[in-house]
Amino acid sequence: MTDAVAGSAALIAASVRAGNVSARELASAALDAADRHQRRLNAFVSMDREATLAAADAAPRGGVLAGVPVAIKDNIATPFLTTSCGSRVLEGYVSPFEATAARKLREAGAVLIGKTTMDEFAMGSSTEHSAFGPARNPHDPDRVPGGSSGGSAVAVAAGVCPIALGSETGGSVRQPAAFCGVVGVKPTYGRVSRFGLVAFASSLDNVGVFGRTVDDAALALEVISGPDAAHDATSATGDVPRFRASAFDEPSPRGGAHVGDLSGVVIGRPREYFPGSLDAAMRDRCDRALDALRAAGAEVRDVSLPHTDLAIPAYYIVAPAECSANLARFDGVRYGARVTGDGLRAMYEATRSNGFGEEVTRRILLGTYVLSAGYYDAYYRKAMQARALIRADFESVFASGVHALFTPTTPTTAFPFGSMADPYDMYLSDIFTVTANLAGVPALSLPIGRVHGLPVGGQVIAPRFAEAGMLRVASALERALGADAHR
Amino acid sequence: MAVSADDVRRVAALARIGVAESRIPALVRELDGILAHMEVLARVTELAPDVELAGMPLAADEPGAVPLARPREQFAPAMRDGFFLVPRLATHDAAAGAS
Repeated sequence: MTDAVAGSAALIAASVRAGNVSARELASAALDAADRHQRRLNAFVSMDREATLAAADAAPRGGVLAGVPVAIKDNIATPFLTTSCGSRVLEGYVSPFEATAARKLREAGAVLIGKTTMDEFAMGSSTEHSAFGPARNPHDPDRVPGGSSGGSAVAVAAGVCPIALGSETGGSVRQPAAFCGVVGVKPTYGRVSRFGLVAFASSLDNVGVFGRTVDDAALALEVISGPDAAHDATSATGDVPRFRASAFDEPSPRGGAHVGDLSGVVIGRPREYFPGSLDAAMRDRCDRALDALRAAGAEVRDVSLPHTDLAIPAYYIVAPAECSANLARFDGVRYGARVTGDGLRAMYEATRSNGFGEEVTRRILLGTYVLSAGYYDAYYRKAMQARALIRADFESVFASGVHALFTPTTPTTAFPFGSMADPYDMYLSDIFTVTANLAGVPALSLPIGRVHGLPVGGQVIAPRFAEAGMLRVASALERALGADAHR
Repeated sequence: MAVSADDVRRVAALARIGVAESRIPALVRELDGILAHMEVLARVTELAPDVELAGMPLAADEPGAVPLARPREQFAPAMRDGFFLVPRLATHDAAAGAS
């Protein structure tokens, strides 16, 4: 039965709709798999077998995700299980409402099997900053799975469930997807409602999806996308196109006959993402992927995104600045655990000091510093100017006739636990991903090979609201690489 | 711009986070180290038009609650004796019945 959850989401749902297997049987198999891996990988922070089986019995049987077990990151509000954001300050918190993305999955028939391990309040690139212990990489448990959505990536990579939700502020879906050898998609800012996603940096936050294949990720993204004006002022209006390329049989919008054919598609190779210092083996896997894109009919063109070097400094000012405001609400009054003190102010300080971990504290202080009088112009204003330049870089390259960009997702494969002692070294692991968040464009990571047995991710970046084209390029690359994507 | 211990104490007070004195030297080092990498942003002035941040009133750097722009009586639907009046919920009746 465990093998039942190792298949694709589309096939699982088809089996449920045909009556060949029940949502309860699938949920039970997924929970068994989660239990079996939990001690070694710690992918989950909360599970409840009875509640999940009850949800499976109540799941609609005709939906596109009928009976599909899903895992959801612990900062996305769900009707049962915790929403603790990997933090002591929200330990045991159960949300009274449901995130739009979680509701859409449930209404499509998916069954929530557990909330996943994450860096506290999504601040981190390894899950080492989780208050409830880190998740571990299934390919080598001595290495990080990436973060902050590491638990969701692990759940999919370990075969517990075919799809999972994560969240992205600077690469928190794509980087763990790359480290764990699965597909991770960050949609265009506004494509998926943020209602029920606990805010970290509101102008950068997105709900994203993980899948074992591009097709599964596309299916999940299609389900959770769409307007939500009643709940999220930044939710985009307009229809959601089909993202699944099984749509695969349909003619390519660029003139190709099917999704594997990229004739007429121009792929940009930004030189700033292939620096001389890039590891030779990582470069080799990227070159192989670019060759595969050429073989599929695409034209690969060298391009430049000249302000890429400003991205990490800009991101690590804008995101902490926004986080310092968003996390002000966790004060022991409105949410979470309270530590008493001598008076109101002492209670606030004791609650927040005890509730937040080191990295969250560091970022709140950094954000408060760059927003404070005397430093605002020197840091925050300049970071916003840099953000405008980075966005203009993308607009310019896409206006020049480039349909999508291809880059490595990360500069390295998964690193060992404890190897990033300097906070800034950890920040640099986001160097190829934060740009898409700053510009608000969609991007995804898909497996393109291995180095020393560890997965390597390739990144496809597209213009705003061009997810369909981005997924088509990724599908073509996935098909062209075949088994090479995992060796 | 070097970060000082007083800077850390000041922003901790603004952020309402208690920071032990023993932790301050490490935070000074960490914030200083991070901000040193941000100096590259100094060059954006020549490159980018100023961004429009107008319309975002800046709060004073003072710890504590931000005062309301208008007295609460002006925007509350109804008040009595200094309390907000809210609709009675069915759960109130249930709780009263249970007690």
